[in-house]
Amino acid sequence: MKILIVDDFSTMRRIIKNLLRDLGFNNTDEADDGNTGLPKLQTGNFDFLVTDWNMPGMTGIELLQAVRADPKLKNLPVLMVTAEAKKEQIVMAAQAGVNGYVVKPFTAQTLKEKIDKIFERIEG
Amino acid sequence: MDNLIDKSLLLEKAKSLVSLLERENATNDEIEVALSEIATAGDSNLFQELGKMTREIHEAIMSFRMDSRIANLANTDFPDAKDRLEYVITMTEKAANTVLTVVEKGTPVAEKLSTQAKHLGEQWGRFRRREMQGDELRAMGSEVEEFFAESETMMSELLSGFTEVLMAQDFQDLTSQIIRKVITLVDDVETNLVELIKIQGEHLTPPPQEEKNKKAADDRANLDGPQIPGKETDEVMTGQDDVDDLLASLGF
Repeated sequence: MKILIVDDFSTMRRIIKNLLRDLGFNNTDEADDGNTGLPKLQTGNFDFLVTDWNMPGMTGIELLQAVRADPKLKNLPVLMVTAEAKKEQIVMAAQAGVNGYVVKPFTAQTLKEKIDKIFERIEG
Repeated sequence: MDNLIDKSLLLEKAKSLVSLLERENATNDEIEVALSEIATAGDSNLFQELGKMTREIHEAIMSFRMDSRIANLANTDFPDAKDRLEYVITMTEKAANTVLTVVEKGTPVAEKLSTQAKHLGEQWGRFRRREMQGDELRAMGSEVEEFFAESETMMSELLSGFTEVLMAQDFQDLTSQIIRKVITLVDDVETNLVELIKIQGEHLTPPPQEEKNKKAADDRANLDGPQIPGKETDEVMTGQDDVDDLLASLGF
């Protein structure tokens, strides 16, 4: 299972990376926004994307839309981990085809639950 | 206000108006000038009051400008506040990285200890069940010795990590102090702005209510960032449970 973590804050990437490792996902890569993340997704054979929303350059929602518009990536499961908690934003992410939405600050347990749920649904 | 009217001046003006009217060749212009001079003499109290007010306003504005506090705000305090806030970012980032490094270095150490302890526990169980031969027993003896030595080193590694994590928390104290200073500065600015508005003496029309941007979520400027407890608005989810409920209502 190869996972790409996209967030503009390196500390947040490290936190997510460590949490994922604790959950048994050791194969992760990082990008600091959509502009650097998308090419990695297109060439890197990733199985899962964890992305922030608010980033300089290409935002998480734009990255999500680009992923869904790409024939090769359109089925990639995407988990959004973001501080944005407005109702209209969550609705927008849902409409754009997000698979899970975690608001910061979050706990390790929440992240685990959402990831488990996403894979349950994909496998089920 | 009567004392402000200069009676002798008024009398003089009135006399000259009378003599002007008695003169046959007096022009209309001359008469008008004399009339307006009388009118002005009567209004002098109004002009004096206006003059006084103008001077007061001027002085107030000048003293406002001269207030060194204002100059300091613009020249020193604001750039200083920006630096301070930058420093808050630097400090919190440093602390986060320190803690993350300790965790990243410590986790494999703890994992190794746990694995070794489990392995030795199994060996010990076999020994107790008398399933162990002499050679194996000797091997376990040296493994145990090795484990004791190693676990001591590893534990002290972990403990020094804990100390690092402990020390990294000093950012909380320091950043709060800095942020509190910036709050004081914002307070100062507010007070001074209120003064300025008072001097201006105008009823500032309240800014028009911002129009709801339909594409709000699309606009990065509209992203709110982290919710501050107690400052949430109606359309904002207060936590993961709210988000989950909303998503569930959308069929997730």
